[in-house]
Amino acid sequence: MFFGKREKRKLLYWFERRLHASPLIELALHKKVPVHKHSVWYYFGGISMLLLMVQFVTGILLMVYYVPELGSAHASILKINSSIEFGWFIRSLHSWGANLMILAVFVHFFSTYFMKAYRKPRELTWLSGVLLLVLCLGFGFTGYLLPWDEVSFFATKIGLDISSKTPFIGELVALMLRGGHNIGQATLSRFFAIHVAVLPVMLMGLLSLHLAIVQAHGMSAPKEFNETPEDKKEYEPFFPDFFLKDILVWILAGNLLFVLTMLCPWGIGPEADPFAPAPIGIKPEWYFLAMFQFLKLIPPMVGPMEGELFGVLLMGVYALALALVPLWDTGESEARSKLATALGVVTLLFMVIFSAWGAMS
Amino acid sequence: MSEEIDILDGEKKIGRATFVKTAMGGFAIMWGGLTLYPVFRYLCPDAKDEEDASSKIASLDIGKVTDFSPGSGKNFKFGSTPALIIRSQDGEFHAFKAVCTHLGCTVQYRKEKNSIWCACHGGAYDPNTGKNVAGPPPKPLLALKVEVVKERVIVSNA
Repeated sequence: MFFGKREKRKLLYWFERRLHASPLIELALHKKVPVHKHSVWYYFGGISMLLLMVQFVTGILLMVYYVPELGSAHASILKINSSIEFGWFIRSLHSWGANLMILAVFVHFFSTYFMKAYRKPRELTWLSGVLLLVLCLGFGFTGYLLPWDEVSFFATKIGLDISSKTPFIGELVALMLRGGHNIGQATLSRFFAIHVAVLPVMLMGLLSLHLAIVQAHGMSAPKEFNETPEDKKEYEPFFPDFFLKDILVWILAGNLLFVLTMLCPWGIGPEADPFAPAPIGIKPEWYFLAMFQFLKLIPPMVGPMEGELFGVLLMGVYALALALVPLWDTGESEARSKLATALGVVTLLFMVIFSAWGAMS
Repeated sequence: MSEEIDILDGEKKIGRATFVKTAMGGFAIMWGGLTLYPVFRYLCPDAKDEEDASSKIASLDIGKVTDFSPGSGKNFKFGSTPALIIRSQDGEFHAFKAVCTHLGCTVQYRKEKNSIWCACHGGAYDPNTGKNVAGPPPKPLLALKVEVVKERVIVSNA
């Protein structure tokens, strides 16, 4: 051994004097995880984070070859996909990883919602989580345009047109994002900057806050667990028990990602032509499908209001009600608790049914 | 307690602490505004750029009459906007800006249904008038003027 026991202790002491990390280590060693029949949902935050790391690494690798310029963007992705060694692999990991991450984030969202983990004192944990979900959708929306293929062009057109329907600020926001009245180089440059710099910085900040408050409050447990007498409650230590299981789950999630990447490498559509008609059968990514299908159903005019505006307002109010659930379901009223659960079930059913409908039509 | 000082001939008295706090707040807002305004202007799309790019045109020669068979449609570029020309079965020409009035996708002529159709959300328009007839579009398509001059098809702003 190069280091004896004494040297090791000395080294640790040296670091401890400089880092003052022992309270944190103490906290980590005492962190415990409630064991109950819904414990499985605890893994999804971790899975989302693993996939996020994959996105960071593959995203940086893609940036080495991707060119955010109108005439070269599509060609550079083609090059990554076809002639750069393992380019297809990195790109597919990024695309599949993005989709799996959004799926994991949605599972995490709904599991915390139904377990009512948003209640006091975790209101801010919930709100920061909702904002993180919005950022994830932002990543999806901006990243989708970068390959500059036919579908991405129209997806961006629709997305920005929808946001321009927002009362008062919509027009300005859409104009700033688009960089003009038509989608072009300005849009591509702006989306690129947002995708690779603005959103990652925001995400890192918000995620740090989210994780810090999760640590501060410990894991939330469902009502049945909280109502069990203290001596009958079962816990397991985070280190090493839960952490090892976490790693196992990460390996499983990673394997799923690799299998999908290998068996169905991500392709690319024909290059966008701003003057060609929208291709027949055009559809957005699956996580916008429910909204897409919903928009198809709204009549041109709802009363005196333009259908689009009505749809945007309706979805906005609905999303706000969900996001602010900790304010109106505090756990004091049984009726409101049931209302929150019902709203969650309706949302989930709406998303599943409308997405399937959208995918099939 | 902070000392009261006279401003405005003793009509209004504010404490020194209040004065300093207000002044600091005011400076902070001013400083923030001074910093953010250039950033906002920097990010605002340049109107001049857009005019160049849009290459405004009043009319466009899109080909010979014989290029368009009756009962067919063709998308083309009209300045900076996508446009669509349709030659109906009886040989008449109709042209529109091909921008769906719903969410701005580019529409196309569908021969088998004899209608103008938007693939994005399934909106449909009448191929002769551009009137919105089905799906979510709230308004008719913007019409363009078509003239046949010496066997050439000329499209211009209506």
